[in-house]
Formats: sequence, C-alpha cells, structure tokens
Amino acid sequence: MSNIPVELKYAKSHEWARHNDDGTVTVGISDNAQDQLGDMVYVELPEAGQTVTAAEACAVVESVKAASDVYTPVSGEVVEVNEALSDAPEKVNQDAYGDGWLFRVQPSDASELDALMNGDAYAEFLAAEAH
Amino acid sequence: MTHKTPLYDEHIADGGKIVDFAGWDMPINYGSQIEEHNHVRTDAGMFDVSHMTVVDLTGERTREYLRYLLANNVDRLRESGKALYSCMLNEQGGVIDDLIVYYFRDDFFRMVVNAGTRARDLAWLEQQSVDFSVTVTERPELAMIAVQGPKARARTLPLLRESVREAAAALKPFYGVFDGEWFIARTGYTGEDGFEIILPAEEAAEFWVRLRAAGVHPTGLGARDTLRLEAGMNLYGSDMDENVSPLESALAWTVAWEPAERDFIGRKALERQRAEGAGRKLVGLVLEDRGVLRNHQLVKTGSGEGEITSGSFSPTLQRAIAFARVPQDTGDHCQVDVRGRLLNARVVKPPFVRNGKARIEL
Repeated sequence: MSNIPVELKYAKSHEWARHNDDGTVTVGISDNAQDQLGDMVYVELPEAGQTVTAAEACAVVESVKAASDVYTPVSGEVVEVNEALSDAPEKVNQDAYGDGWLFRVQPSDASELDALMNGDAYAEFLAAEAH
Repeated sequence: MTHKTPLYDEHIADGGKIVDFAGWDMPINYGSQIEEHNHVRTDAGMFDVSHMTVVDLTGERTREYLRYLLANNVDRLRESGKALYSCMLNEQGGVIDDLIVYYFRDDFFRMVVNAGTRARDLAWLEQQSVDFSVTVTERPELAMIAVQGPKARARTLPLLRESVREAAAALKPFYGVFDGEWFIARTGYTGEDGFEIILPAEEAAEFWVRLRAAGVHPTGLGARDTLRLEAGMNLYGSDMDENVSPLESALAWTVAWEPAERDFIGRKALERQRAEGAGRKLVGLVLEDRGVLRNHQLVKTGSGEGEITSGSFSPTLQRAIAFARVPQDTGDHCQVDVRGRLLNARVVKPPFVRNGKARIEL
C-alpha cells in the first residue's frame, strides 16, 4: 500500500505539493510514482530563478528503467532546488515526501493548489488507475 | 493471454513486479533492481529463464545439419557437454536468433533459443531439418534457472544430487553435464561465474526455494539486462535482428570462416559484406556528461549518424553506458541526443565489466 500523507496535495501526474508557512510550495513525486519508476539514477532539476507554469514539465526523474517528466503543480518562480539529489538521486526512492523533494516554488497564484487532489482523492485515483 | 513459468508463484511470493516479456509474465524486479544487480556482482543471484526455449535435436546427421544451420562451427564441439554460442542467419546474413548449442553425441545436440523468437525459430529449424532427417523436439516440460555471481557455484553445488556434485564442481566454463533429466551448465549472461540449470518443471519451485535458503537472491529481468549490458553481451531484438549481420553487431568473432569449404546459411552474403566492408559497427559508449543513455537515442559522429541499441545506467560503473550502431570509421568520441540535449560520450570496446571488475577506464 502506498504512503499518502493527508496534509499534501496531489496531481494526476503523481507530483505532490506542500504549501509551506512562508507561502512557498515544495514539490516532489509521490511514493507510488517512485515505486513504479524503480531505482532513481539521475534527476534533472529546474534552475533557481526560473519561471515555471502549472502542468508543464520542468524536471526529469530517471530510474534504471525509464525517464519521466515532472510537471509543476503550481506556476511561479523556482526559489530553491534539492541539490543533494545530484549525488544521491536514491533519496527520491528512500524518502519521497522528505529528503527526496525536488524543488520549491514561490507561487504566482496559490489558488492553483485548490485544483489538486487531497490525500483521500489521490488514494481513490490510484485505486481507479490500478484497475 | 500470457504464459506463466513454473516459478510464477515463487515470484509473487518473493514480491516480484510482474511484466509482460515476449508473452510471458516475468518479474522485472523484486524491489530494487540495483540491489539485485550488485548482489550478482558480489555474491549470487538467480534468474527464472524458463521462458527460454529448449530444443533437442536428434538424428544421425545432426552435426551435419548444425554445420549448415549455424554461422559458428559445431565442429568446434568434440567433448560431450561442450557449449557453443552462435548466430542462426537467414540467406541475407541477417540474424534470425542467437543461441547456445550443446553437444552430447553426434546424433544428439541441445539448443537454447530466445523466447521472443520461439515460433519463428522452431519453424526455421523444422524447415531446414527436412534435408537432414533431423528430429526437432521442443522441451516445454523443462524449466531453467540461472544462478550467477562469484559465489553462485559454491552456493549451488551442495544442493545438487550427490551423483552429479563432483562432475558439476569440475565443469570448465562453457561445459555442461546431465544428471538424469537435470542438465547443469557453467554458462550465463551476466559476466560472472555460475550455472544455468535445466530441470523438470515440477521440480523447479522446490529448487528455487532451496537456492533462496542458501543465500541466492531472486533477480529480475531488469538486473539481467543491466548485467548483460555491462558484460558486453548482445540482446536479440535490441542489438541485432534479421536486418543486420553479425559483422555489424560486434559478433564477427562468432562467425567461423574456416574451413572455407563449409557452406552455412548466410555465408555468401557475409562474405560479400566482409569483402566490401560492413558500413556499420556496434560499439560501446560511456556517457561523459550527466544523464542516462536509452535505446533508440540518436548518435552523432564525425562520420555520420548512428543509434543506441541498448542504453542504461551501469550500477557497477555508476555511469550511463550503451551499445550503439555507428558508421564503421567512427572515432573515439561521439555525441548523443539525450532528450533534446547533445551530450558527450566516449566510444569504447565492451565488455564494460567482467567478474565484478571495471574493464574500461572512467
């Protein structure tokens, strides 16, 4: 059974978003997504300062098996990326919601988060996808 | 409707992730492909290869038949149990399949061919057998387990019947020995020492469980692919097929030109290609920039374009590696189009890894 923290929001493309107290949004891929992709070997992240648009690809996670685009769930400016993944992409497998975060965005429109699924809805979405 | 091997229930019990491979439900991994890969390089892993096709060839003229059928020469096989790797070609010199053939007696050889080419191989074997009155018998009632790694033989030998243990321990590389319906061969597809064991399907699950109890880890098709790629071994359907010859597939070493009077299917086409020079060759690549090489990526060289036929991340080298088919006069460097970016790669001669050790400079 996948780990799906209830305090996060989820996109249909399997990213999670955490709305931080300072207004920024941290983005990663879900535990289900990392499990499907398998062992990560390379992560390509956006640049800090880069402007990103919701639902557009701005990062790539590559496992031994395949490369997969990561779509930002919110528009805005990238304020920080997880540099540690450059040498340790396996953190995405080990701790998808913690040390395996990908990038942090200063959202231009935080209401975009409302369009995402909550944990229960994402669990249902995964169950439906599996059938 | 997919096929299941006699070990399917074991794969489920071991937590295997099942994928469709050539019409078979096979485990891609049992959790972590990289851990499985590393365990084979350092200890011992086991693979269910029961999907592969075992074919027995019998009849007085079997040697003569194989001499004509295969690009490698079965006359290299004189000791019972000896194995030979060969391509089976069409008249155009294209590769119908690559296979291992074992010699037992002049009227009895055994062949192991790929699962994905099974129907076509069997039809070809049958068609060619007519002139030689050879009987082609598929053995679907047999399973096959490969145990590979530096500790594979030590962990496996105590589990074999006492009647064969000594003979199995004494096997030289590329030899096999029968024990009733069991056949134990010192062959593999990982670049490590080990055994490939052909055994009755109904005995396979019990043997798998005993191997696991002896410390041999179940290893999926994912790791099988990265292990063979590191070992510099071709995969049929990716690195070669009916449209390319062994000369364009880094398999010229498997073509027995001598004796010149031996006729084999595809010989004339290969000789023409050898005289004119094959336009392309299969080489190894090591990515120098960061990223991952994948099948079908475009390769740019000073002599023209090529294509990656097998690309992945090498867990042993911690770098992206690949096989690529490139123009014959390609030099030491090339670039690969990786998701729209041109990355630098070095051209090398595989294997990348053998017996746990890097064989190329990084």
